Amino acid sequence: MADQEITLMKGNEAIAHAAIRCGCDGYFGYPITPQSEVLETLAEQKPWETTGMVVLQAESEVSSINMVYGGACTGKKVMTSSSSPGVSLMQEGISYMAGAELPALIVNVMRGGPGLGTIQPSQSDYFQACKGGGHGDYHLIVLAPASVQEMADFVDLAFTLAFRYRNPAMILADGAIGQMMEKVVLPPFKPRRTEEEIIRECPWATTGRIGGRKPNIITSLELRSEEMEVINLRIQAKYREIEAKEVRYEEFMLDDAEYAIVAFGSAARIAKKSIEIARSQGIKVGLLRPITLWPFPTEEVKRLAGKVKGILSLEINAGQMVEDIRLAVEGKVPVRHFGRLGGIIPDPDEVVEVLKSSF
Amino acid sequence: MTEEIIIAGFGGQGVLSMGKILAYAGLMEGKEVTWMPAYGPEQRGGTANVTVIVSDAPVSSPILSSYDTAIVLNQPSLEKFEPKVKPGGVIIYDGYGINEPPTRKDIDIYRIDAMDAAAEMNLIKTFNMIVLGGLLKIHPVVGIESVLAALRKTLPERHHHLIPKNEEAIRKGMEIIRKL
Repeated sequence: MADQEITLMKGNEAIAHAAIRCGCDGYFGYPITPQSEVLETLAEQKPWETTGMVVLQAESEVSSINMVYGGACTGKKVMTSSSSPGVSLMQEGISYMAGAELPALIVNVMRGGPGLGTIQPSQSDYFQACKGGGHGDYHLIVLAPASVQEMADFVDLAFTLAFRYRNPAMILADGAIGQMMEKVVLPPFKPRRTEEEIIRECPWATTGRIGGRKPNIITSLELRSEEMEVINLRIQAKYREIEAKEVRYEEFMLDDAEYAIVAFGSAARIAKKSIEIARSQGIKVGLLRPITLWPFPTEEVKRLAGKVKGILSLEINAGQMVEDIRLAVEGKVPVRHFGRLGGIIPDPDEVVEVLKSSF
Repeated sequence: MTEEIIIAGFGGQGVLSMGKILAYAGLMEGKEVTWMPAYGPEQRGGTANVTVIVSDAPVSSPILSSYDTAIVLNQPSLEKFEPKVKPGGVIIYDGYGINEPPTRKDIDIYRIDAMDAAAEMNLIKTFNMIVLGGLLKIHPVVGIESVLAALRKTLPERHHHLIPKNEEAIRKGMEIIRKL
């Protein structure tokens, strides 16, 4: 099979193909629009006949995330995908995995809420993804793809980071990125890890006590507060390391920019078009696109605040990331937010109008 | 060159697949392409539309405020997208699906009686390919050879015997489209 073949597919399909190709051991999910093509594509590809990857439609999202929890305990590369209401159902399991320090991948192809909301695209789960979502002091590593190519590329990246830090990672996409088709070069095939490789790479995993090693106990429960504080401090130290090492972002036309848009995912794509239009009208504006939403590119936003006269946070929500931008900017320049709600996607012209009237 | 196209009509008319074949043909010519459907609780007879962008440069936004070309196959789509065609742009409409034709004077308006032609040819399922042929006649966004290659690539093998019929439909569309 030609690994480098350029093909045309939906973002959701790219997630499924990339999962098979990066040596994923198991996918557990439950269908929900606008991400059902992930499970559908996996079912079509039948990876259990080729790589041996398990693909299972669970009876609910609660069940899926707990299957992921169980698989992750054994050091396997396991994942699930869903959309906003389904991801809400998974929050308990995600918190447990963060507490038990387990690597796993959760894909959220966001739709508008609150509640059952709409099936149209939205970015209104930023808070849920980046600020915990479930209970307890924890973070996910959150990657925000802005193209079908990044949907494909971020699967392997998310697993790599999840295993490097023993922490669940999330791909936070939205209905637009999930449903649109673009050119994509799928990543090359990587075999699934052997049992021996898993034992070597994940000495913490419940792989069976071969050779009489000490039992590995995986739990998020510790009733002794002194011990629980130590665990929390260790987890927090890990988060500080992730913040120091794993921030990712893209800059676009910022060199001479007098104003900046900060936007992620599909909003960043719209922002690029708005920037083309604004620049044709003589407005010097550029884009900072956070690729990791957590860790957030705080330092980069802070630097930006020293350069531009104003920052517009373009999000397809009522204003969530704008809070992180304001914390980073520390009041140095005006920070405005613009977004549309309920599944409406802002169009490039209206963003230009907002830009003109904001500063 | 960047061509920003909206294709809109009823669910079941082949709007999304026409867009997909156009995008695939662009990809086969090494162009950058984006296919962005308005997805929803799809049903036959409901509305369907797709934005297709074919460009020599990376595509920024898959969501657009205005379009170079609007292909509209029913009245609600015409009402929605006529105001969104850029000045100097193009509307192509199917005569069967539209009772009140477009009225703008600052754009080029083309009519294609694709539904009638598809019925005459007894090839009703190639309706969308007739429309695509019309587009390619007035705006060769991609070559017809690339479209045929895209069909070979996207259609399952068991349907490959229908490719000549599709080609016939595309050529018919090129023949019958007319400027108003």
